Amino acid sequence: MVNLTPTAAFTGLPLTIGRATLTAFDPGPVTAIAPYPGRDLSRALAPLSFPAPGCVVDGPGARLVWTGREQAFWMGSAAPDLTGLAATTDQSDGWAWLTVSGPDAVSVLARLCPLDLRAQSFAVGSAARSMLAHMQAIMIRTGEDSFELGVFRSMAESLLHDLTGAMRGLAARDAL
Amino acid sequence: MRLACPCCGPRDRREFTYYGAADYLDRPAPEAGLDAWDAYLHLRDNPAGKTRDLWYHDPCQSWLEVERDTVTHAVHSVQAVAGRHA
Repeated sequence: MVNLTPTAAFTGLPLTIGRATLTAFDPGPVTAIAPYPGRDLSRALAPLSFPAPGCVVDGPGARLVWTGREQAFWMGSAAPDLTGLAATTDQSDGWAWLTVSGPDAVSVLARLCPLDLRAQSFAVGSAARSMLAHMQAIMIRTGEDSFELGVFRSMAESLLHDLTGAMRGLAARDAL
Repeated sequence: MRLACPCCGPRDRREFTYYGAADYLDRPAPEAGLDAWDAYLHLRDNPAGKTRDLWYHDPCQSWLEVERDTVTHAVHSVQAVAGRHA
């Protein structure tokens, strides 16, 4: 058996430009869960529960993040056995994750994303699917000024390029 | 233009892809005959007023039926297609 060495999706992180910082993070194992119609997953997922649209359900060592219609990601540990209840696929290597934080985090994202980022529509602790530049992203708001972003791993460099562009633009305005 | 995705709430036009008339939802039976299939594939109304479209919300992967007005640009309703024929 060949031992493969995992490589980081992003290079050059953490990175601070102006008043925003990008940090790569490892969410642990990620499994997509798509329940079969009419199945009750509540016992299999306990103590977590399947999240409503836009919600994140936190549990010990793992969290369930809503990532689309009738789909959620189990993040942080191996997913429970859902044979016969849901389609599960390993997404651990499929996504690249980073956090955007700092006083300008919202302004950086606002340059790239059509989502309403005000706290009243995107509350702390909730998740959203939206577009970042041209990429379909998963966004989780972990604080007033901090977000976790996930994109397809093949787009990691594009994400970094677009985010740093927005950060430079904001910093340049501040420097005027 | 904004559409209210039943899953995600009101979202910007950029998140959606237009598919065509909602007639695509009413697929004829396989033996319905050439006329029915010809109409299904090729014949579309071009109303000045209320029309029904199919849109796809790319981020959350929902098919939506949108009723809108081609004259006033009002969006009257947005409904999920999934589960309708369940």
